[in-house]
Amino acid sequence: MTDIRSFDTPKDAGFGDYVQLLKPRVMSLVVFTAMVGLLVAPVRLHPVEAFTAILFIALGAGASGALNMWWDADIDVIMRRTKGRPVPAGMVEAGEALAVGLALSGISVVMLALATNILAGALLAFTIFFYAVVYSMWLKRSTPQNIVIGGAAGAFPPMIGWVAATGSVSMEAALMFMLIFMWTPPHFWALALFMNEDYSKAGVPMLTVTHGKKVTRNHVLGYTIALIPFAVALGFTSIGGPVYLTVSALLNLEFLRGAYRIWKRDEVVAEADKYKVEKSVFRFSLLYLFLHFGALLVEAVLHGQGMGSW
Amino acid sequence: MAFKPEHEMHRRRFSRNVGVGIALGCFVALVFALTVVKVKNGDMMHANDAPGLLGSTQPIVPAPAPATNP
Repeated sequence: MTDIRSFDTPKDAGFGDYVQLLKPRVMSLVVFTAMVGLLVAPVRLHPVEAFTAILFIALGAGASGALNMWWDADIDVIMRRTKGRPVPAGMVEAGEALAVGLALSGISVVMLALATNILAGALLAFTIFFYAVVYSMWLKRSTPQNIVIGGAAGAFPPMIGWVAATGSVSMEAALMFMLIFMWTPPHFWALALFMNEDYSKAGVPMLTVTHGKKVTRNHVLGYTIALIPFAVALGFTSIGGPVYLTVSALLNLEFLRGAYRIWKRDEVVAEADKYKVEKSVFRFSLLYLFLHFGALLVEAVLHGQGMGSW
Repeated sequence: MAFKPEHEMHRRRFSRNVGVGIALGCFVALVFALTVVKVKNGDMMHANDAPGLLGSTQPIVPAPAPATNP
């Protein structure tokens, strides 16, 4: 008897491969910041509405991740950091990534608008458009300022969370947006300093590739200094307080110290210790953002107990 | 030679089918829960609440009588 296996293809996507299309690690940051934006807002949503809002904000972010993987399949296969993604690895076809991205975009925007309000849904739609079209298709391959402007896409989730609860944009929401927006350049440029080769091979005009590492080091310090006023100002709004301000002051001092150390170093020293400082600043930048939003959450709890506010 | 349905491809397809099934089930449950919450919160349950419309909660207010000249 003949064993016919004409269908026996080695690559056939499992459910996990489709989950990977949504960039779950990025989604976890979106879930956290959107949740904080929603919980610190002065209007309380029903828990089911709040859960639905956060779920579909996260799904919208995932959808934009899938669209990004569809568009960037050609460069993802070149970069070491991204060649294991489902599309370059051959698990999911690029067209499928596009279909998943478009379908989830529609579902998440409509469901967020139905569960909360039209403005929140419209902001989510704009965020997906901004990440997939403005950043991925336009800026990423055309300018070294790609992550500065593209960072806006990652900065919207806490604002969407706030708008989902209150129905309007306020100073607090704008400052939460600015905190992530200004944090993105030093965070990514610290990464680019020790992942330079990847971007260089793929032809992505990261600042390290187009202007060199010295200029990138200057930019890391410059953007870190520019970030501090926004991070601290959030402490003086209705969602801030002494706890947030103390945490923010300490974190900003440490981040500034790290950025200064990056600025002071040259390539010879950095290569000698395998970019030890750059790697530690990159890791600290993740903690920086997490603790800022964590402190806002603590303030919200204290405000609920009648403590903490100014 | 025996046909082997438990090939890895089948395992992946099964995981895909189960995953999609669970996701759809959760979506239906979520929409149901959301509907219950919206209705309990007293959100508008039909598109038009104009006076006189079938099922409307707005009473029909009679138009004021035209002023008459003495």
